[in-house]
Amino acid sequence: MVASLYSVAEEQKAIWVFLEQEAGKLENVSLELLAKGRQLADQVGWRLAGFLMGNSIAQLTQEAIAYGADEVVLAEHPLLDDFTVDAYCHVAFEAIMRYKPSVFLLGVTPDGRDLAGRLAVRLRTGLNADCTDLRLTPESGILAGEVSGFGGGVLALIEMQNHRPQMATIRPGVFPPGQADPHRKGSVIRLPVNLTEAMINTRIVERVVGARTDLTQTPALVVGGRGVGDKFDMLRELADLIGGDIGATRPPVDEGYIERERQIGQTGVVCRPKVAIVCGVSGAFHFVVGIQGADVVVAINSDPKAPIFDFADYCIVGDVFKVVPALTAALRATHEVSYA
Amino acid sequence: MPDLHMVVCMKVVPKPEEVHVDPATRLLDRAHARSEINPPDMNALEFALELKDHYGGRVSILSMGPPFFEPYLRVGLAMGADHIYLLSDRAFGGADTLATTYTLAKGIQKMGGADLIFCGEESSDGATGQVPPGLAEWLDICQITLVSNFDIDLARSVARGRHEIRGGYEILEVPLPAVVSVKTASNEPRFMDYRIKPWAFAEGRVTVWTKTDLQADEACIGVPGSPTTVSELTQAPARERKREFLIGTSEEIAQRLAELLHDVSQNAPETLRKS
Repeated sequence: MVASLYSVAEEQKAIWVFLEQEAGKLENVSLELLAKGRQLADQVGWRLAGFLMGNSIAQLTQEAIAYGADEVVLAEHPLLDDFTVDAYCHVAFEAIMRYKPSVFLLGVTPDGRDLAGRLAVRLRTGLNADCTDLRLTPESGILAGEVSGFGGGVLALIEMQNHRPQMATIRPGVFPPGQADPHRKGSVIRLPVNLTEAMINTRIVERVVGARTDLTQTPALVVGGRGVGDKFDMLRELADLIGGDIGATRPPVDEGYIERERQIGQTGVVCRPKVAIVCGVSGAFHFVVGIQGADVVVAINSDPKAPIFDFADYCIVGDVFKVVPALTAALRATHEVSYA
Repeated sequence: MPDLHMVVCMKVVPKPEEVHVDPATRLLDRAHARSEINPPDMNALEFALELKDHYGGRVSILSMGPPFFEPYLRVGLAMGADHIYLLSDRAFGGADTLATTYTLAKGIQKMGGADLIFCGEESSDGATGQVPPGLAEWLDICQITLVSNFDIDLARSVARGRHEIRGGYEILEVPLPAVVSVKTASNEPRFMDYRIKPWAFAEGRVTVWTKTDLQADEACIGVPGSPTTVSELTQAPARERKREFLIGTSEEIAQRLAELLHDVSQNAPETLRKS
């Protein structure tokens, strides 16, 4: 069997969380992982460390501690200013080989995936990708990641017995973020960073970051499927009225009717809104995974046999092009409803 | 660079819409699902073929899987690819990402390397997108993932791609050779060319390599090369929903829904679930 670069006997009883930051703020998924990591660490009596890479970001260490970290491992360097997988993988590899944590958690984001996929191979360890839940067994210290199988109908628990660190990536939105405690105390460990320009072969020619869409945080979600065609304006009007946002299944995204970052489901965003209004969606399991965390689901579909009705609290067999405008009108006329 | 060599990694998967969950056992029934080329891999192939149209060179299709993959992969030849390399050996079975990326990397090395290696963004069955970076690491070359626009500069031997990040994009430039993962739906895969279909389905288009051909380290392939194990399979807990049908005209339903939405926005979710 292929061996990881350090063994179970050498591991430190610690959970590490990759802290992603953009424009001087920690990403929501990082806060979610800190909250879950805290819970797991308390169950087994281990330490929770945030692993923060960047340039002039030391002020974020206190935030990570407030959200549950016992310590923050901080790597600051001008060449870590923007993410390149070359630099981040190099520094992460050195940090992990130095401290040998048992567990390393990362968010499923473009940077998180880029880093995790490369780092796991460099460490010759396993990667439990796209987990929807995590469990840590106190006696064995084995991390099990819950992964939804093809179509989401079956859940598999995946673990690694002999390889360290136990790496896992977790989708944004599956764990609720915790509450910050500004009085929480923790330590900061500064890592010496050994990086030169010559180590970085990726050149960022241009970088554009616009308005961020974060559907994991929306309190009300209006979702359109194949059945709404390109009429997302109609859904947008309803969403705006109730202080929510719009999402879609894969077909409208593939057709280019709506941005891919709004795709809901197993290969998209997993949401936990108070209400999800699902329009013209048939209800394939890999979509339903994305709204399972909704408190209330309303489904509108013209086909009474559509599987989506099995996953809805309120079911309307009808024409979305009649029901949605009627709902928008009714909300305007009679009720002041806002989830914002 | 006289002969630009591009490799496209492709996988054959069951059609997701034909994979059923048995309502009684809630287990997956894949037996009755037809297979197809993983749709994102078609976008990867189209990228390679467009570069071939423009710069010349050759396109090799690389896949790891059982012999039945072959006819599916030949569609790629009929679209314009030049050859298929199928890594097929029982010993490759049960591979997780580490073993899969190792085996694919051995296949590329056996071909004599490549200038560009294209992958789909993710597979429709696994959907974790971890093969492209893992493959790049084994080959010790650069990667650009989630690419929607791409070109190469042969004079400078670099690749340049538009890479998606959260809320925006980056234009990244890396030296060749490089691994490129292509964003799903970022191009329109061409149809098969029926004039070359007979050629595509003729003898001699497919090279099958086993673990011996690859001189693969037994410890790095298949189950032994896979650190992760499935410890438990459980039925996904179906969350109980009310499944209450609202009846009436669109206006009546809308009225009732508006009231419901009002209640939901006012009440704590726990109260609602119990009611």
